[in-house]
Amino acid sequence: MKLTTLILGLCSASALAFAAHAESITIATVNNGDMIRMQKLTDDFTAKNPDIQLQWVTLEENVLRERVTTDIATKGGQYDVMTIGTYEVPIWAKQGWLLPLENLGADYDADDIIPAIRGGLTVDGKLYAAPFYGESSFIMYRKDLMEKAGLTMPDAPTWEFVADAARKMTDRAADINGICLRGKAGWGENMAFLTATSNSFGARWFDENWAPQFDQPEWKNTLQFYVDLMKDAGPSGASSNGFNENLALFQQGKCGMWIDATVAASFVSNPKDSIVADKVDYALAPDTGLGKRGNWLWAWSLAVPAGTQKADAAQKFISWATSKDYLALVAEKEGWANVPPGTRTSLYENPEYQKAAPFAKMTLDSINAADPTKPTVKPVPYTGVQFVAIPEFQGLGTTVGQLFSAALAGQMSVDDALAQAQSVATREMTRGGYIK
Amino acid sequence: MARAVSTRRKAAFTAAAWLVAFVIFFPILYTILTSFKTEPEAIAGFSLFPSWTAENYVEVQTQRDYFKPFMNSVVISVGSTLLALLVAIPAAWSMAFSPTKRTKDILMWMLSTKMMPAVAVLVPIYLIFRDTGLLDTRIGLTVMLTLINLPIVVWMLYTYFREIPGEILEASRMDGASLLNEIVYVLTPMAIPGIASTMLLNIILAWNEAFWTIRLTTTNAAPLTAFIASFSSPQGLFWAKLSAASTLAIAPILIMGWFSQRQLVRGLTFGAVK
Repeated sequence: MKLTTLILGLCSASALAFAAHAESITIATVNNGDMIRMQKLTDDFTAKNPDIQLQWVTLEENVLRERVTTDIATKGGQYDVMTIGTYEVPIWAKQGWLLPLENLGADYDADDIIPAIRGGLTVDGKLYAAPFYGESSFIMYRKDLMEKAGLTMPDAPTWEFVADAARKMTDRAADINGICLRGKAGWGENMAFLTATSNSFGARWFDENWAPQFDQPEWKNTLQFYVDLMKDAGPSGASSNGFNENLALFQQGKCGMWIDATVAASFVSNPKDSIVADKVDYALAPDTGLGKRGNWLWAWSLAVPAGTQKADAAQKFISWATSKDYLALVAEKEGWANVPPGTRTSLYENPEYQKAAPFAKMTLDSINAADPTKPTVKPVPYTGVQFVAIPEFQGLGTTVGQLFSAALAGQMSVDDALAQAQSVATREMTRGGYIK
Repeated sequence: MARAVSTRRKAAFTAAAWLVAFVIFFPILYTILTSFKTEPEAIAGFSLFPSWTAENYVEVQTQRDYFKPFMNSVVISVGSTLLALLVAIPAAWSMAFSPTKRTKDILMWMLSTKMMPAVAVLVPIYLIFRDTGLLDTRIGLTVMLTLINLPIVVWMLYTYFREIPGEILEASRMDGASLLNEIVYVLTPMAIPGIASTMLLNIILAWNEAFWTIRLTTTNAAPLTAFIASFSSPQGLFWAKLSAASTLAIAPILIMGWFSQRQLVRGLTFGAVK
């Protein structure tokens, strides 16, 4: 009896001693399907790393951005791993807010990361964030409606074809809109789509000397084309539609085409939620023959803030969550179709993944078609495809987005929206010291 | 005839009261209804007829732990209310029964702090919390919410105390009561309905406070406001799950409000000695 008590006592003491040595890291993230899945699979990580405990903070995207910015700028040290996008990585890395990821392990195989994505997360040759999932944008369209319109979607269509098809597919009586596009104001909402689209029309936010370019004909062509197309073939109230609203419309069979994030492919092709799951096909984002397509590039990535005291444990976690083994783990537990897309070249070479995800090739082609270092037809002093990687862009992008959303809603003309955008951009860039 | 008109007027007022109550309650009702819809139904447009699925509640329970943020909400809202009362009762006594020529100015100044946008002091407060180790602690949030709601608590108690005749307190003083005894044994028992309604209102305000509770916490002290915020998704439908999380978060305070509504209304509408 005494021996049993002694053994139990020793076990408890060693468990307590072990718990005291376990390091706890806090991970800030957004509430996306892939992130939730990762939280469910963390037992695999803790089994391999029993000395590290994980704590999760899940927040709405904008609140997360604000919380993380406050914490990182004040060196609050509340987070050890944070989920950030390709917009933040170059800016924050240059500010010295992020630690370079130099201890991801010998087996990590960083060369396997898709080059376009890796390029967006690298500053001065150092990787500052590891992609958890990557995306571009492409066209999702209804094969049946396209056939009914007497058209065949090419793999790489032009805007002219897309506009023509959208008008032909529109059937207001049947509540079918030829095309659904983002209209909700915000730098990550309508301006993500419109900036990427403007690249394909030859427009740019700034010239080589940071002078705003909204007074140039390329922007007029972009915005006028978008407003006219949405008036003829878009859904009503489109100025309130973002990703989720258009997703719901498409899933309910109310859109002939939808140009948005490649990650949406798994949603629209899921028969559980989408009544058109078996009628969807994909094509590259359109162009106008100028050499740039209207697709973007984004990656939700994991980074380590400079204020953390647990950098080694944080990097161990990032290495696990963005590794090839993690993709295999998701495939084993939840099937290949649920593997986080857009990060590793090897995934797209995997026949099982190609079979489970019919949109895989088009996703990879779309990602490869975007070049964040040379996003526009004419030269620019900035990087970023659907954003301009400068701190001022969040505020400026949203203000311009509000003007363009108002133009879409018919509250102001295209010319007025562009004139005001030019004026606001000039003021902000002067205030920021980019121009005199 | 006069009686008929009066009944008709009474019916009209009753109908108007019901209408106003319905309009005020409608967002909560719609949140509850949405929580029983499927995700596509929730975003499809206005509908009062859900398919009565409970899958959102199951999903919310599986995704996140409800109990920990719930306990944090209870501790923070009750703690901050008690702390605020501890400071506000003597302060309101002083202003109500021993006013100076600056009392009105002080009251107005206290109220004016409520008009300041919270985000304006976010960084200084964050730095203070960081340096004092109060980030993500229940104590830190309790202190913060006490300070935020203190002006309202002082104002409510001041208004309430002013209706208590000063002579009663004078009489207790003449009987030899000390200042502490006067506040604890004479003033407080007379003001119980007012203190109770102030307390209830303050608990509701603290329970619903979202700006600071989300920004000053991460995992240990995060209350139900952070629990709700975690269900918003940039890519993927979430309205039904968010509504289920909101319903779970407001349920305790809704039940508390329901049972204490008589005291709440009485305290807010009647004076102490009426």
